[in-house]
Parts: sequence; C-alpha cells; structure tokens
Amino acid sequence: MFMPEVGQQTATRELTLAQAINEALAEEMRRDPNVFIIGEDVAEAGTPFKVLKGLVEEFGPERVIDSPISEAGITGLGVGAAMTGTRPVVDIMFGDFLTLAMDQMVNQAAKIHYMSGGKLKAPMVIRTTLGATRRSAAQHSQSLHAWFAHVPGLKVALPATPYDAKGLLKTAIRDDNPVVFFEDKLMYQKKGPVPTEEYTLPFGVADIKRQGSDVTLVGTSSMVYIALEAAELLAEEGLSAEVIDPRTLYPLDKETLIESAKKTGHALVIDEGYERFGATAELASIIAEGAFYHLDAPVKRMGAMDVPIPFSPALEDLTVATAASVAAAARALCGRA
Amino acid sequence: MADSDLSRSVADPAELAEVGLEQCLHMYEQMSRIRAFEEQVNQLYLSAKMPGLAHLYIGQEAVAVGVCEALTKEDYITSTHRGHGHCIAKGASTDRMFAELLGRAPGYCRGKGGSMHIADQETGNLGANAIVGGSAGIATGAALSCKKQGNGRAAVCFFGEGALGQGLLYEVMNMASLWKLPVVYVCENNQYNEYTRFEETTAGTLSARPQAFGIHIERVDGQDVRQVYLAARRLVERARRGEGPAFLLCDTYRFLGHHVGDIDRTYYRSKDEERTWRAERDPLNLLKNILLGQGQVDQGMLDQIEREIQDETSAAVQFALDAPFPDEREVTQHVYA
Repeated sequence: MFMPEVGQQTATRELTLAQAINEALAEEMRRDPNVFIIGEDVAEAGTPFKVLKGLVEEFGPERVIDSPISEAGITGLGVGAAMTGTRPVVDIMFGDFLTLAMDQMVNQAAKIHYMSGGKLKAPMVIRTTLGATRRSAAQHSQSLHAWFAHVPGLKVALPATPYDAKGLLKTAIRDDNPVVFFEDKLMYQKKGPVPTEEYTLPFGVADIKRQGSDVTLVGTSSMVYIALEAAELLAEEGLSAEVIDPRTLYPLDKETLIESAKKTGHALVIDEGYERFGATAELASIIAEGAFYHLDAPVKRMGAMDVPIPFSPALEDLTVATAASVAAAARALCGRA
Repeated sequence: MADSDLSRSVADPAELAEVGLEQCLHMYEQMSRIRAFEEQVNQLYLSAKMPGLAHLYIGQEAVAVGVCEALTKEDYITSTHRGHGHCIAKGASTDRMFAELLGRAPGYCRGKGGSMHIADQETGNLGANAIVGGSAGIATGAALSCKKQGNGRAAVCFFGEGALGQGLLYEVMNMASLWKLPVVYVCENNQYNEYTRFEETTAGTLSARPQAFGIHIERVDGQDVRQVYLAARRLVERARRGEGPAFLLCDTYRFLGHHVGDIDRTYYRSKDEERTWRAERDPLNLLKNILLGQGQVDQGMLDQIEREIQDETSAAVQFALDAPFPDEREVTQHVYA
C-alpha cells in the first residue's frame, strides 16, 4: 500500500475533513462489498453534519442503512454482523450517545475475541464525534474517548487532519478489531492536503505536527490545532515548541512521546476529554515514566474542565484549553512565566 | 396468569407422525446428554473441582434440543448464562465443554471463557452471554449478515423471560421486523428471573411485546420436545423464506436453582411446586412415555442410550480433569485479533 508523507513529491488536493471521511468510506465500500454503514439519518440526510452525503446514491439503502433511534440496537447488530462475515461502520451521531451503546461495545465487541479463545472476532468501526464550543450544551458536547481507550479489546483513533482522517479510517475499516473512531464536529470543515492516490495510515504511529526543541506539546484531535496555534505564539517569544499528535490512543506510540520529552525536557499534554482520570493522565504518566531523568519540570496536563459542559458561551468557552492558555502553561513550564 | 390469552400451538397427529422414530431417539439422546452433563457439573461444583459457578439447564432440555433439531450446522445461535444445553444441542462435544468449565487449555475457548461464554464457530454457536439479553443484538446482526449474504441461513436467539426487562431486545426486534431479518427469538419462560417470579417483574403479557412489533408469535409446551421442534421448524422455515422474524414462547421450568449454589429456594418457590414439575413435566420422561406407549421402543433400548451417555459423560469429565491448564503466556493472547 502506498503510504505517502504529505510534503513528499505526491499529488494532493485540498479536502475538508468531512470530505476526507466520505472519500475513505466510499473507497472502502467500493473495494469490499462486505462494508456497510448503519446509523440514524445516514442515508439521504447524510448525517446532520452531511459527512455521508452522496453515499446512499452510490451504494444504495442496503449498504447505507437508515436505522431507528436505537444506539444500543444498531451497535449490537453491528457486533453480530461483524462476527458473521461483514464489516459494519456504525454511526453514532454524537459521542455523548455512546453511553447508550456501552454494553454492546464494552461487554460484547471488545471481549468476544478473547472470550472465545481467539475463534470469533468483531471487525467493526464505530464512528462518532467529540468536542465542545458548539453551544450544544451538556449532552451533545462531551469528548469521551478515554473511556474506550480504557477497555482492552477496543482500539481508539482520533484524527485531527483530513489526511490523517482518511488514512486512519481506511485502516480502521480493514482492522479485524472493533475500532472507535472519534471526529471533532468543529473540524469537519477544516481543509488540508490529501493525496489523490490511495493510501492508508498505520495505527500506533504518532505524527510530529511541528518540530521544536524547548517544549513538547502533545495534543489530541481538536487540541492539535490549539497546540499548533500556541506554538506560533511561543515562537514569537523565542520558545520552540514541538507538537505531537498521537493520532490513536490505542495502540499508542509511546516512544515518540517519550523521545520528544527527553529532547525538550518539558512536556504539556492537551486533550478535550475531562481532565480527571482522562487521556491526559495516561499520556502524562507515560512521559513521566519514560523520560523522568530528562524532565526539568513535572509533566503538565490540560484537559477539559471537570464540569458538565455549560450552554452559555460565556461559560462554555472557559471549559476547554485555548491557544492562549496553552501558551501560558508552556511558558510557566519553561520558567518563562 | 400472564399470556393466558395466547393459546399454545399443538401439533395434530399427522404433523407429529412426521417426527420419526430416529429423530425422536436423536432428541432423546441429546436431552439425556444435556441432563448427564449438567448433573456432572453439579457434582464438580459440590466436590470443589470447578472454579466459579454454573447455571444449570436441567428441566429445560426440550427447548434447546427441539429448536436446534430444526437448524442446520450452518445456522447461528446465541445463548445465555444458562447456556450449556444450547451449546450441546447445537452440536458441541462435552469433553471440550467440561474442559472449558474447568478452565483447561483444550476447552472451547482455551479456558478463557468459562461456563458463561462458550462459543463454537464450527457449530454456528456465536456464544453464550453473561449479560441478560446481551446477545439479542448479536443474533439479529447475524441475521442481517445472512440476509445480506443471501446464504439461506437463519439465526436463533435464546433468552429467558428475564431478558424481556432489557431494552436492547425491543430495539433489535423492531429492526428485525422492519427489515424482515431471518431470526427467531426463542423465549424460555422458566418462570423465574433469578430468584423472583416473573409475574412480579412483568407488566402486561409476554406475548404482547413481540406482537407490538408485528412479529409472528407462537407459544408451545416447552417440556414437549416434539411440539418445540415442530414449532421451531415452522418458524425457521418461515424466516428462511424471507417472511421475517418470529418469537417462540416456550413454557418451561428450571428444576434447580438459579445457579449451582442456589440450594435453599423456599423463599421464592415451594418444594411442592418443584416436586410436581419433576414428577409430571420432566421432558425426558414425557418423551420416554410417548415412545414406550407407542410401542416403538422398549425400556431396554432407552436404558442402553442412557448407559452410553453416562459412559461418554464420565470419559468427557475425566478428559477435562486430566487436561492441562493454559500456559501463562495465554493471558495476553487474543486481546486483539
């Protein structure tokens, strides 16, 4: 499989993240007749975010299946279908609704391979969303990816760019395990270069989004852009920040995180999930354990504020890290406060 | 009494005559095999040779055997925490089942599943499930696969009446009916949700539930294996023809406790009730009396079958007791496919 790095001599065009997702699904559905999509308003509506626009026209309602509003049911159907020779992509409109499908994901999909001594498997993708600051309030704004990274048997991908989204989704569909695939709702219209040629991206390989030498900023999903903006601010002050995107929480590329922290001596982890017991805790502890003797300061964590996401913009914007707050934290970490 | 409005399907003499002697003897043998297996499991528990607990199927044998008699090896089943009977009826061999219950390497799941998670891909068994109602999605998803692949297979979802308290079942029955999926929901009403009589937990009738989704329903005497078989055959063939899902309500009785350790049951049901069922409604005795009454077999033939089953069961349990435990390296294998 052709696996280009953006920036190499390869033809690209600008796609939005939504278009990249759409293209990944269409390519995989053309390649493998066993791939199908099931979810609420996935067919003619193409989801509320219009990510699946045009797919039902090409593949028909048998492969782009509009379901009742039954998250547990469609996830359960997905598990059974995956165990018997198909490759479902289950669409859970908002990540907050994963709570309804929890038993099917955690007790069924995640465990069937192990419980059956390796005889059965559930090759399925659960596509869903994360991210706040859309004024959608407490039940449509959470970032719950850490829950699934906690469960052995599941894989978790959270791409930040159109290029990563397409390559990782194609890999997710081909993976023989249940993969929970998180997309930030606010990033759907973000554009980026995507190769015209087909490619996939491996799981468990972090991407260095920006090279730097003074401080490591580890950002996930939506927070990759915040980290990159913060790096710009810091550069103006003569601080060189390296921005690392793990791209998948499980499998996790620990080595790239640790090596960067060893190099810079300062690490800050930024994620949009709740801070307590969240992804930042795991990533920070991996860095602390692996780079302890090279660190000049404790690893700093910045997750979402530990409150239900409030509706009022005046309050909601306080709950998530911003470029300014990340830059301030990085400055403090480097003794430049 | 719930469901008094739905009368039982009773096959007429012409239909019953279709169930030939050979088939009756096969069903008798399978029921005896389950009975002998479960009695041995109880002994293994009482003699402290089995880790953990098990939920015995004694008294309900006619349901699993009658239904599986109507299936091919390629058809799928999903099972429950009380699943040994379904597993044997679908064709599993008891030596590897005992090995699984004892956590030994040659067990169906290499000892990693145990009593409540036996799965056997070879015989279309997609697994027992320790979450009540948890496999409803899997069975329905398997039926979706069957329909998509046009392979003529059907799926059977076994569950107890207690599973009617779980929402997942209603979500998937709705979809199965909408999309005419080849799945038969076999509800074994053994009258007790663990330690509570089902009327105490069930508003309305059991049969009104599938009827609300327009699902075809039949009710049978779950102690009469010939009636169960004939009803299951009708419903499975109907499903294969593309006429949609069905619900088979089987009136039955759990002769023993919720699990092997549930010895004192007088706080939820009387000893008289148990004695009456055992004396008058034992599925093995019912079939035996029919066969003897028809003069088709003599007592000696049935004794011979039972002796052979006893020998087979003793050898199977010895196989398991002699089998090695899994190698420690197994603990991290099969987490991911």
